[in-house]
Amino acid sequence: MQVTMTVNGDEVTRDVEPRLLLVHFVRDHLGLTGTHWGCDTSNCGACVLWMDGEPVKSCTVLAAMAHGRTLRTVEDLDRGGELDPVQQGFMQCHGLQCGFCTPGMLMTARHLLDDVPDPSELQIREAISGQICRCTGYENIVHAVRWAAEHPGGSAGADADAMSESSPATAGEADSDQEVPA
Amino acid sequence: MQTPAPFDYERAGSVDEALALLERHGPEARLVAGGHSLLPMMKLRLARPDVLIDINDLADLSYIRLDGSQIAIGAMTRHAELLDSSLLAEHYAVFRDAERVIADPIVRNRGTIGGSFCQGDPAEDLAAVGAALRADLVVRSAAGTRTVPAREFHTGPYETAVGDAEILTEVRVPVRPGSGSAYEKVERRAGDWAIAAAGAFVTLEGDTVGDVGIGLTAVGAPHFCAPDAEEALRGRAATDESLAAAARIAADGCNPSADQRGPADYKRHLAQELTFRALRRSVARARGEGS
Repeated sequence: MQVTMTVNGDEVTRDVEPRLLLVHFVRDHLGLTGTHWGCDTSNCGACVLWMDGEPVKSCTVLAAMAHGRTLRTVEDLDRGGELDPVQQGFMQCHGLQCGFCTPGMLMTARHLLDDVPDPSELQIREAISGQICRCTGYENIVHAVRWAAEHPGGSAGADADAMSESSPATAGEADSDQEVPA
Repeated sequence: MQTPAPFDYERAGSVDEALALLERHGPEARLVAGGHSLLPMMKLRLARPDVLIDINDLADLSYIRLDGSQIAIGAMTRHAELLDSSLLAEHYAVFRDAERVIADPIVRNRGTIGGSFCQGDPAEDLAAVGAALRADLVVRSAAGTRTVPAREFHTGPYETAVGDAEILTEVRVPVRPGSGSAYEKVERRAGDWAIAAAGAFVTLEGDTVGDVGIGLTAVGAPHFCAPDAEEALRGRAATDESLAAAARIAADGCNPSADQRGPADYKRHLAQELTFRALRRSVARARGEGS
């Protein structure tokens, strides 16, 4: 069957099997491998992308069900080469280790901040509760999202003080080369 | 890689069209709403429909509104919308309690109330809520509309009263002014199915229990409810003692099975404790106390 949808602003049309899952459509048919394919059981959230403006787990949506809808994937987060503040936050706060969960985390975080620009730690933890980081870096992921909330314009929009603010990330980064005993 | 077995895909633009497609494709066709229960089962070959009929375009089945003395909830209403509804929160806190612990926020963007009822999972949270509130489920076919009480809707594990060429369109809950309601669940980890869970509503006449509803899930309660416990509590003083006695009766009526989520006696213990807590919180809310 033929499906047509808007992906990151572009209309795409492909022939697919009805049983093709959206995560494989995006990765294998469109070559957008930023969306990760994880547990296959809607538990881990590595495959989160937006469908009609809402984050969904694309391992549990058929490509056919996305026909006529609008998708946004992690590839669309940056703006003209300028990283989205949530991407910058993950860099600033060491919000990733292996990086496998990161695309899903980023898409969920962006959606949260669009909805709730100044979320509490609890709201952040609730928002990412359907996503698993097996490096268990949740603490820094939460810091990263807070960083993005505090820097809605990203580092370009913030002044140089941003880098020396109380963010635990900056502290951690400064210490990272020093092997300070805990 | 987990991929469903091949099937044909159809998309319905209206309830009538969905019914016509069901009629045309026969008993091996299945409706798919959010798909977050059905697609995982299809990946595991526990479900293997020949035809999937996608009803996500039926936006007219997505609503939560006051309809006379009832709250009417369209079958395509997503969990996220149930959680956010101020109308539901005002009348039945049990919905917000339950929705907060159903799966996770991303899954709740897709899953629907109709899908939850029709999947008929023995650990479904909304089945216990519907049973506790004695909701009515509106089922449509080409021949017309019929109403099935929530307590008669589930005919067995993963089996419902919905026939081959029928569609669940609405869930109706009677408004009970002055009632309090609550849901209590224990799960292994955030977003998991319940090890056990209980929902309740209570109306008070002074310090006496007027009406009461108790729903239980994941513990083998027949039809997800505890009518003997309700009967024992009606007309009694709304004290911890009488609530605890009713909770014991509710647990006695359960038939939990041991599985990876725990042994049967543990689940029975949870059924009793969670029923007690749901009742106590319902009473507090009916009195305007507590959150």
